[in-house]
Amino acid sequence: MRVTKVNNMTKKYNMPDERGHFGPYGGMFVAETLIPPIQELNEAYQRYLTDPDFIAELDADLKYYVGRPSPLYHAERWSRELGGAQIYLKREDLNHTGAHKVNNTIGQALLAKRMGKTRIIAETGAGQHGVATATVAARLGLECVVYMGAVDVARQALNVYRMKLLGAKVVAVESGSKTLKDALNEALRDWVTNVDNTFYIIGTAAGPHPYPAMVRDFQAIIGREAKQQCQEMTGRLPDALVACVGGGSNAIGLFYPFIDDASVKMYGVEAAGDGIETGRHSAPLCAGRPGVLHGNRTYLMEDDDGEIIETHSISAGLDYPGVGPEHAWLKDTGRAQYVNITDNEALEGFHALTRMEGIIPALESSHAMAYTMKLAPIMKKDEIIIVSLSGRGDKDMHTMAQREGIVL
Amino acid sequence: MSRLAAKFEELSKAGRKALIPFITAGDPHPDFTVPMMHAMVKAGADVIELGVPFSDPMADGPVIQRASERALEHKMSLRKTLALAKEFRKTDTTTPLVLMGYLNPIEAMGYENFANAAQEAQIDGVLTVDLPPEEGEECTGLLKTRSIDPIFLLAPNSNEERIRKMDKLGSGYLYYVSLKGVTGAGHLNTADVENKLKQIRANTRLPVGIGFGVKDAETAKTIAGIGDGVVIGSTLISKIEANLQDPERAKQEIVELLSAMRQAMDS
Repeated sequence: MRVTKVNNMTKKYNMPDERGHFGPYGGMFVAETLIPPIQELNEAYQRYLTDPDFIAELDADLKYYVGRPSPLYHAERWSRELGGAQIYLKREDLNHTGAHKVNNTIGQALLAKRMGKTRIIAETGAGQHGVATATVAARLGLECVVYMGAVDVARQALNVYRMKLLGAKVVAVESGSKTLKDALNEALRDWVTNVDNTFYIIGTAAGPHPYPAMVRDFQAIIGREAKQQCQEMTGRLPDALVACVGGGSNAIGLFYPFIDDASVKMYGVEAAGDGIETGRHSAPLCAGRPGVLHGNRTYLMEDDDGEIIETHSISAGLDYPGVGPEHAWLKDTGRAQYVNITDNEALEGFHALTRMEGIIPALESSHAMAYTMKLAPIMKKDEIIIVSLSGRGDKDMHTMAQREGIVL
Repeated sequence: MSRLAAKFEELSKAGRKALIPFITAGDPHPDFTVPMMHAMVKAGADVIELGVPFSDPMADGPVIQRASERALEHKMSLRKTLALAKEFRKTDTTTPLVLMGYLNPIEAMGYENFANAAQEAQIDGVLTVDLPPEEGEECTGLLKTRSIDPIFLLAPNSNEERIRKMDKLGSGYLYYVSLKGVTGAGHLNTADVENKLKQIRANTRLPVGIGFGVKDAETAKTIAGIGDGVVIGSTLISKIEANLQDPERAKQEIVELLSAMRQAMDS
């Protein structure tokens, strides 16, 4: 599916403004040293967004290297079992490297190449974005350094090994809570020190402008394809979209092309960890408040003094105290609804999809599956839900086995 | 005229440069901070930058991040930092005091509440690392109407347009970050700093403090020959970190270093 402009898909909705604001959210809250490289990036992105050569190269890579379009799969048995809406899975798990993350890393790496940058850095939580970045860096022959919280390094050992095989240097970050937010801090420090030759590939739709909009635009292929596939398969639009939200890149990628379609409900699923009431969760949209972190204003998990508090989720990819600023805006305007799923519920979602459809989802995606199990039964049988199956569960075998007391 | 502007004018008339030490409030313990501030003034500090601890200090190196972590262990916060400033003001009403930190604690307090509280604590300047002029108009305006100087950063890669922007919105002084990188990093290249200062001075009449990479009396002297003020942070905090079991000794070492810098800068 060829597009003339990477983000050419909504007519009425026109966010962000030129300085990256989604209403009060987003923006460019960074130290002075980062302003020039961010402006340079923004100029390059605006230029290539409409450049036919760039888009042709991106389209070809997505088709021949990533394997797009990813299928929209009608989970008939699971739909029947739940007894309500028809469930369609957008199979981002079938992408090269096993998750939606590569849609964005391909796009940003091509930008890096055109900007003449020779060194790529990235932060990663579950390791999917790190793997996707290391993959494209290997392919383009670029030096690659991935920052990963020490806690995540331990719980995602398989992905750490994959990144190393791909030639990336993985730096275990020992500061703060030793998870995704600290990896992001460390990557920003690297960038500020090496701005001349380094491109920072942010993995989620957060960070300073233009990252939230740029990541969304690269991920919007998910929703663009899903919309067309749904029309082809069913002759109409879906009634609901469901996707997990950590930073929110797969969710915004699915939602964005449907924003002007008022009949399509959108549900972003945050990680409730041990339960919202316990305080041990990663659900800033459901239980946080607005603040500024990592270059943008958005909902955050913070204490009364504005210090960021530690988050918890069984899934490393959702274990983040902030969320992309566009989700904050969609929440406030009521265009999307944000709900939450506990660790235990996510595990039920994981097992249900595995046993019902023979598809093992990532723990992140399992949150979307678990919410689908609540939503589908209260919808009509002729209604349609598209669920983002954002990644496959191979990386989580160790966590699952450990949780169930099994030694692999 | 603000206390900062008056101080820089006084120094300029005397042909001297400002010595500006930075410590993090509450590191290693809240009781350490105010006596340390007084001792720094006695050792020759002209302006004090007081760091407000933040959980995610993205633009700082490991030394200042650990200082934040130690302070946060004692539940230090923006509110408590302002309380320490008030305590300092009980016996020192002349030394300009600049708060340096990140935006989120200020957002959490609310801009107007913060501006009022800072005025009440007789704060003279506020440097918010992750609040560039593009996003800073509201907060800056509230500070200025209370005679508090918003201090902005300049970096080696800031172009003339940005220097003029900082000149327009900032007051008190501009803080030139002499290295691309985080606090506590690397070594200064004096020639680079000199060249950049020419460009900065061509676009602003505000005094320029220079920081990042000042480690000893000799560098302080060199930098004092280029800018209007010398900021020293990570090196002081390293002394606190090296003497966690003996804060009095840390204080002594900091005083000695600042005295040596003062002497070198004035000679």
